Amino acid sequence: MNIVICLKQVPGTTEVKIDPETNTLIRQGIENIINPFDTYALEEGVRLKEKHGGKVTVITMGPPQAEAALRESVSLGADEAVLLSDRAFAGADTWATANTLAKAVAKLGKYDLIICGRQTIDGDTGQVGPEMAEMLKIPFVAYVSKIEETKEGYLRVSRMVEEGHEVIETTLPAVITVAKEINVPRLPSLRGIMKSKSAAINTWGIKELGVDASEVGLAGSSTQVIKIFFPQRVSSAEILTGDAAAQVDKLIDKLKSANLI
Amino acid sequence: MDYFLTEQQKTIKELARRIAEERVLPVRAELDEKEEFPWDIVKELAAADMFRVFVPEEYDGLGGGCLDLCIVTEELSRVCSGIAVTYAASALGCMTLMEYGTDEQKHKFLPDIASGKKLSAFAITEPTAGSDAANIKTTADKVEGGYLLNGTKQFITNGGEAEIYTVIALTDKTRGARGASAIIVEKDTEGFTFGKKEKKMGIRTSATRELVFRNCLVPEENLLGRAGLGFIQAMRLFDKSRPGIGAQAVGLCQGALEAATDYAEERVQFDQHLITMPVIQQMLADMSIQTEAARALVYAAARYVDSGAKDVTEPSAASKVFASDAAMKVAMDAVQICGGSGYMRDYPVEKMMRDAKILQIYEGTNQILRGAIAANLRKRKARTA
Repeated sequence: MNIVICLKQVPGTTEVKIDPETNTLIRQGIENIINPFDTYALEEGVRLKEKHGGKVTVITMGPPQAEAALRESVSLGADEAVLLSDRAFAGADTWATANTLAKAVAKLGKYDLIICGRQTIDGDTGQVGPEMAEMLKIPFVAYVSKIEETKEGYLRVSRMVEEGHEVIETTLPAVITVAKEINVPRLPSLRGIMKSKSAAINTWGIKELGVDASEVGLAGSSTQVIKIFFPQRVSSAEILTGDAAAQVDKLIDKLKSANLI
Repeated sequence: MDYFLTEQQKTIKELARRIAEERVLPVRAELDEKEEFPWDIVKELAAADMFRVFVPEEYDGLGGGCLDLCIVTEELSRVCSGIAVTYAASALGCMTLMEYGTDEQKHKFLPDIASGKKLSAFAITEPTAGSDAANIKTTADKVEGGYLLNGTKQFITNGGEAEIYTVIALTDKTRGARGASAIIVEKDTEGFTFGKKEKKMGIRTSATRELVFRNCLVPEENLLGRAGLGFIQAMRLFDKSRPGIGAQAVGLCQGALEAATDYAEERVQFDQHLITMPVIQQMLADMSIQTEAARALVYAAARYVDSGAKDVTEPSAASKVFASDAAMKVAMDAVQICGGSGYMRDYPVEKMMRDAKILQIYEGTNQILRGAIAANLRKRKARTA
């Protein structure tokens, strides 16, 4: 089974500061980590490989230092790693990111399953996985919490929905995004870490992918970040008085006047 | 301080710390309370290749030495000394094999120890043979097809859980300690059973148990090295393994120092944080000095062992004695700083103080080891006189 994991290197904190001038994240002094949700994707990919054979390829798009995330992935069991790095990729929105990743997956050749984390902790959109599936014209399942069965060209998974779980069957190749309930990611092994230090990391830019600079990065993005700001927190509370019946009447009036009931 | 570890040693240290913090810390109190053997943690250590650290590369190990073993033991002991000794005892159990075994014996047993699939254990202590280690009574009579073992080993770390035991027994009881030999005994050998599991003061997650041999027939090829050298082999083994106990002590010191510092930073009495009070500062500073001095001596002794030097008895014993005395003192002071809370089982220093005591006792009591150091001083003096 050939498995592709798409992951992203993100700042290792949820308390990000934003540069008011450029509207981008201030990354100085913040350690970068593999997006936590993506570690579940990688772990699941490695487990599938250990069970069914095949190989795990990790792909990330990012600046040259994103190589560290790929090396860490190798220490955790990935076999091959591709870094998509090019000045032209900078400023990509989810569409342009998905497009770039999809082109890279297509270039890899035969694959059975693409696994992504359900979302990143920095962008939080959860869009790249499904967009990629659309672009590659293959099935997509989100929030997978268990892989129940897989064989040649077939996958059955359980996915989380608000009221419980759904069991979904799909043909392969397909894209799935996974929830953290799916597994407990392993720690690296010493042999894995040593292997990762000398592992070859392929770097692909627009030339290698055979794409035009207008399709990727900021130029290929259909959305643009105009402004990022912290929302003003306003809270107001009103305490209803009187006996219980009177309070209920007042509450109903309020809800009606707010068009909530 | 920078001890100029190699890149590989730094990697080992970092990963051992991650395992200790992410996997051991959440379960340490429960393991201590229930006195349960930490199989889940052993599996984690195995998956991370930690049991490969001390095994030569040709037997699926990473080829590390005494210092590498010390680094892992220290990091584990910083969080839980019971886990640390469980790990280190598996190294102790196969060091005689690594030193004196034939290539065939090593190929048979070491790869499974390196992968962590099997634990090993070392057995010399008996009811009559504690500090008087030469006074062993277990016999291994040469019979057709091998050795017939009879006797009881006591206080054996990893007893009952390990699969591979290095047992010191008398192949010639007329010669006493000079008739002792090291023999490998596998767990499911007929006539080999386990006696009482001890209830201990500290390191309670580790297994300490009796090994009982009743007409237990072991194949001749399980003899390690030459017959009659078992006692000397064991003494040389301890010369090389004692820095490991020192490392366990250093880890415990570090854990206790950190716990006491954290507490002193948070705790307010007389409207001030404990850490701002000179009396507490003096205590913490002494604890820190003891810890670092112990670490420096342990690393130096471990490096001396790794250099292949022959005269390691003294530095090795010194590192164990100094570090374990430091651990006892630092753990007691940590409890003192934490006061009433420190005496409660909800705080980690209570366990650390219980765990520390054994370090002054096992692998040679500190009194026996001081005696050995003094004996060497006299010998040197006699030589130069």
